[in-house]
Amino acid sequence: MQPFRTLEAPACALARANVDTDQLIPARFMKRSRAQGYGPVLLHDLRFGPNGEARPDSPLDRPDRPMPGVIVARRNFGCGSSREAAVYALLDYGIRCAVAPSFGDIFASNAVKNGLLPAQVSEAEAEALLASDWVLDGRPVVVDLAAQTLTAGNRVVTFAIDPVWKTQLLNGWDEIDLTLAQADAIARFTAADALARPWAAPADAGGGTA
Amino acid sequence: MGQAPRTIIDKLWDAHAVTTREDGQTLLWIDRHYLHEGSFHAFDQVDRRRARVARPDLTFAIADHYVPTRGRAGGIANLEIARMLAQLEGNTLRHGIRLVGLDDPRQGIVHVALPELGLTLPGLTIVCGDSHTSTHGAFGAYAFGIGASEVAHVLMTQTLWQKRPARLQVRVDGVLPPGVCAKDIALTLIARIGADGARGHAVEYAGSTIRGLSMDGRMTLCNLSIESGGRLGLVAPDATTFAWLAGRSSAPRGDVFDRAVEDWLSLASDADAAFDRDVVLDAADIVPTVTWGVSPEHAAPIDAVVPDPAAIADPARAAVVADALAYMDLRPGQRLRGIRVDRVFIGSCTNSRIEDLRAAAAVLAGRRAVVPGLVSPGSSAVKRQAEEEGLDRIFVDAGLEWADSGCSMCVGMNGDLVPPGERCASTTNRNFKGRQGQGSRTHLMSPAMVAAAAVTGHLTDMRELLAGRH
Ligand code: SF4
Repeated sequence: MQPFRTLEAPACALARANVDTDQLIPARFMKRSRAQGYGPVLLHDLRFGPNGEARPDSPLDRPDRPMPGVIVARRNFGCGSSREAAVYALLDYGIRCAVAPSFGDIFASNAVKNGLLPAQVSEAEAEALLASDWVLDGRPVVVDLAAQTLTAGNRVVTFAIDPVWKTQLLNGWDEIDLTLAQADAIARFTAADALARPWAAPADAGGGTA
Repeated sequence: MGQAPRTIIDKLWDAHAVTTREDGQTLLWIDRHYLHEGSFHAFDQVDRRRARVARPDLTFAIADHYVPTRGRAGGIANLEIARMLAQLEGNTLRHGIRLVGLDDPRQGIVHVALPELGLTLPGLTIVCGDSHTSTHGAFGAYAFGIGASEVAHVLMTQTLWQKRPARLQVRVDGVLPPGVCAKDIALTLIARIGADGARGHAVEYAGSTIRGLSMDGRMTLCNLSIESGGRLGLVAPDATTFAWLAGRSSAPRGDVFDRAVEDWLSLASDADAAFDRDVVLDAADIVPTVTWGVSPEHAAPIDAVVPDPAAIADPARAAVVADALAYMDLRPGQRLRGIRVDRVFIGSCTNSRIEDLRAAAAVLAGRRAVVPGLVSPGSSAVKRQAEEEGLDRIFVDAGLEWADSGCSMCVGMNGDLVPPGERCASTTNRNFKGRQGQGSRTHLMSPAMVAAAAVTGHLTDMRELLAGRH
């Protein structure tokens, strides 16, 4: 995984609460393989009308603005389904950091695993960023993960992030390697567990449920 | 020296902790891993590492999200959908994972069909790349939804790194008024605490009302845990659970079952165990509830009115409500009862089990629906049972379409869609914008309430239609 340390990029303002993963990527696009790229379908129905025409009020694709690397939204961003494709869509569009007062749990976990920073700010700070000329004019904001700050002009906002996620993002750790290094502990656990919970294995394992 | 009192959540956690790192992350052992068509991203990750699936014997796949619900016997006409199913078949075959495929008599929605097989048991950790995996908590399992990278991690290691969640107990005591069901409890709770009200928490549902729920009701309630942001939701196992499980093909048998029940009985929160938060509801206050907006937290009793953004002091919240009303094409102050619907849907992992179909049929019997509608049983087994009971005749005689099982119009991936601009009374779990199809408008409610809306063509208090029937 690509580590996340600092980011300097324009932000886009999405002044909506409960931006669920069905909005981030509508279900009809989920048959795509990742190789096709998910960027074009990010927030598709907010960006495009029923016939594929660009919506005048779209928060993205503004010809007068540079491409954003940060997205700012209201509370409960990424709520809903566990579809990791919502994170792929943000990343493939070029967004590496989402800023909101709260995030859907599964979305935030998916984000970190893919190197996308979920930066939690207070409701008041989210509102201030959403209304800030600096953000709305598309000028670059600076995100510093180690310092947990986001700077937009002379406004410096501190964000919260789970310390474990912070370390993971900073290091770009591969969790699978960490886990494989625990092979002995896992083997000890399963040996003891087979005695403690003889009922836990499926009764017809290898048989009927095929 | 006895142990400190623990909640059921702690007991399940402790029993699965392989090791805990200094930073507090715990490696949890996973007892069951369920897969569906959406698993292809995870298999791609496994293949990129040229890795093997660690425990194919604990991994179970089922086709549900993309399966056709109509004309299934004639093969799959849509090539993209056929490719999604072939992909799942290929991935599971290559890794030696058992698949309940389209034509299998046990096929159904993962959260309906796999419990029916007895795979879901009390005391297990269960994960699936689907947020409604919380459903399996109804059995006293520690069950939660995960993303594709985590699915890949479980495939390769049968474990998952997790942070111990905060614990929330929701207590519901008393007797539910007639016609009020688990869906109403859940919607009432979500409206009360918000769509992110349980974020970061594992939820235990407790109290006499919960004890009185059947397994179908408990599954509906736990299923909707994610809609208040909960990591998972569960109910301590009891005699209702054990009776439901006995004799199912993958459940333990004979002495092993007796031993299991003994162990499962200890899966209850100790009397003096503390939760990080508590929420209390009185069953007697709960009434048939419907959603009016675009988040499950936008729910209100059927005799309420649509909220007025002008009356909401917080400008951000007022903007959310105004946006929801614009999308839903509703007026502030409009009575919920009387909102016209264009179609109905009965199905999804939330409300497609036999009791759900019985409740809907009880309202529909001898009546005609005035709008079109689709009924998709949650599994092929539910479908067979419903047909044995003659419920299919009631739906068909009422003018509704009786289909095969799958996710269907809950998410529309298989092409069962609500057309743009149409309003659907639905037993599903998400009224998000475009969830049932681009531009679709969804009102969530219980199966009996959907049946009542079908009969009258508008949102209706189903208690009026049941009056004098029993
Ligand atoms: S029925 Fe709907 S919510 Fe349930 S698993 Fe299928 S798509 Fe997800």
